Amino acid sequence: MKVKLKVWRQKNRNTAGEFRTYESPALNENMSFLEMLDVVNEELANKGEDPIAFDHDCREGICGTCSLVIGGKPHGPHRGVATCQTYMRSFRDGDTIVVEPFRAKAFPIIKDLVVDRKAFDRIQHAGGFISVRTGAAPDANSIPVPKENADLAMDAAQCIGCGACVAACKNASAMLFVAAKVSHLGLLPQGQPERFKRVKAMVTQMDAEGFGACTVTGSCEAVCPKEISLDFIARMNRDYGVALLKGEPKQIAGGVG
Amino acid sequence: MSIVSVIFKSSIGKKYVMAGTGALLFLFVIGHLVGNLQVFGPPELINTYAHFLQSKPAMVWGARIGLLVLVVLHVTTAVQLSIANKAARPVTYSGGEAYGSAWQSRYMLMSGIVIAAFIVYHLAHFTARLPAINGVGDFTKIKTVLHGEIVPDVYAMMVLGFQVWWVALFYIVAQALLFIHLGHGIASAFQSFGLRDHVWWPRIQFLAKGASIAIFIGYALIPISIYMRVVGSDYAGKAAAQLKDSASVQPAVATQGKETH
Ligand code: HEM
Ligand code: SF4
Ligand code: FES
Repeated sequence: MKVKLKVWRQKNRNTAGEFRTYESPALNENMSFLEMLDVVNEELANKGEDPIAFDHDCREGICGTCSLVIGGKPHGPHRGVATCQTYMRSFRDGDTIVVEPFRAKAFPIIKDLVVDRKAFDRIQHAGGFISVRTGAAPDANSIPVPKENADLAMDAAQCIGCGACVAACKNASAMLFVAAKVSHLGLLPQGQPERFKRVKAMVTQMDAEGFGACTVTGSCEAVCPKEISLDFIARMNRDYGVALLKGEPKQIAGGVG
Repeated sequence: MSIVSVIFKSSIGKKYVMAGTGALLFLFVIGHLVGNLQVFGPPELINTYAHFLQSKPAMVWGARIGLLVLVVLHVTTAVQLSIANKAARPVTYSGGEAYGSAWQSRYMLMSGIVIAAFIVYHLAHFTARLPAINGVGDFTKIKTVLHGEIVPDVYAMMVLGFQVWWVALFYIVAQALLFIHLGHGIASAFQSFGLRDHVWWPRIQFLAKGASIAIFIGYALIPISIYMRVVGSDYAGKAAAQLKDSASVQPAVATQGKETH
């Protein structure tokens, strides 16, 4: 099979970009979308042209590095998979496929299809962690966790931080990502002490990064490769409200000498 | 920072404001509908109700000021959020936009703006009763006798008012947009307050759809049945005659009234 690609090319953040069209060489339909780009790039390199820059790492849907908006949908046509798990057999011979970078003010373009998603790291640094040592693997089993909480926490922990939720949202809202991170820790016993401080800090950072607010359109849930549910945004909204009502934690003066 | 300033500054805080004001306005919309549906009873019913409201100025003005505060908060927050959301996504996709989004969610600002315009018109039409905009005449001149008292004839005002096609049409269009707004908005307000989980979400969406359809039918039925002359057409004729009598004093108004019939 062969496809036509309409790809966004942009030298760097400070130059204007444009769409360029490329014809792929003959492809194996069981190639992944990223392998298809590799083949196209090889041809470009052979011709002395600049290959198309795109993000990728694990290529098995667990790292959250791959991105791309393929035909208007982040991560390509299927639900619940990342771009690296999208295969050429999902397209037809002769298709024209539009490939664009994730679009959001908070995700500036680095080059071509590569965007800077460090805003997510900064949100994580603001509170997406547990400050005390939680012990080694056996210690985990010494603290009982209700089954429903464990299940929900695992659902939230599926988030690979890819940013597709932001890319799909008409408001470029990061609430699905932040909600997943807030809920994952907020549902587990080890996450309780910092639960409300965490949600406030992460939401404050999220706002500072210039992400939009949620208008419950449902786009994020529809494109998320890990099918994170909007339920988690509700959970975050609830925790944030409780955090506001609780107010700032009391400052404890001095040490214990 | 105080809790109030955090609420008005943060994205989620602003969503609480949207949801809280929206939910209270939704309750008002239900109450107002129940009041208005009395037009399907005898004229005395809604006139008694209107007279009761007018005899309690403190209550009415309290409600008006409360509603004004709610609308101002709802609209200013909506505009702030919409501007911030647009700024967060300055570039659109050429391969297709807003994949998987609920269609109503894309028309919240648009439907809200038409509703705001409608609210202004509605207040000028039936509350301030400006003769220039109703296509009939001076509603303040229509009076009736209720328990020996001369009171404004609200029933006549409604049945005359909605016989004008463009007035009826604008009311129906505004209600259709409120239907879109609430179909998404009611469920969204639950989400904003975090009142949802996977069991309740389908029920909440069902409630939002059901309530918004019921409100649309309830409100739209009033101008439709009056315009189709199913409700109060004899009464409207008498009221129009009453308007014409007073026309000898105010010919300009009568000319205006005649044009529409
Ligand atoms: C009868 C009047 C109105 C009622 C009952 C109403 C109700 C609601 C409700 C319940 C919501 C959902 C809140 C949420 O997202 O959590 C909402 C959202 C919204 N309303 Fe209204 N509304 C009314 C008038 C208006 C007006 C006049 C505007 C004018 C601009 C407006 C603009 C919006 C916008 C843009 C949203 C979406 C906000 C967001 O999701 O962030 N509404 N409304
Ligand atoms: S919530 Fe889903 S779409 Fe958003 S970053 Fe996490 S995995 Fe990606
Ligand atoms: S490359 Fe790791 S998730 Fe796609």
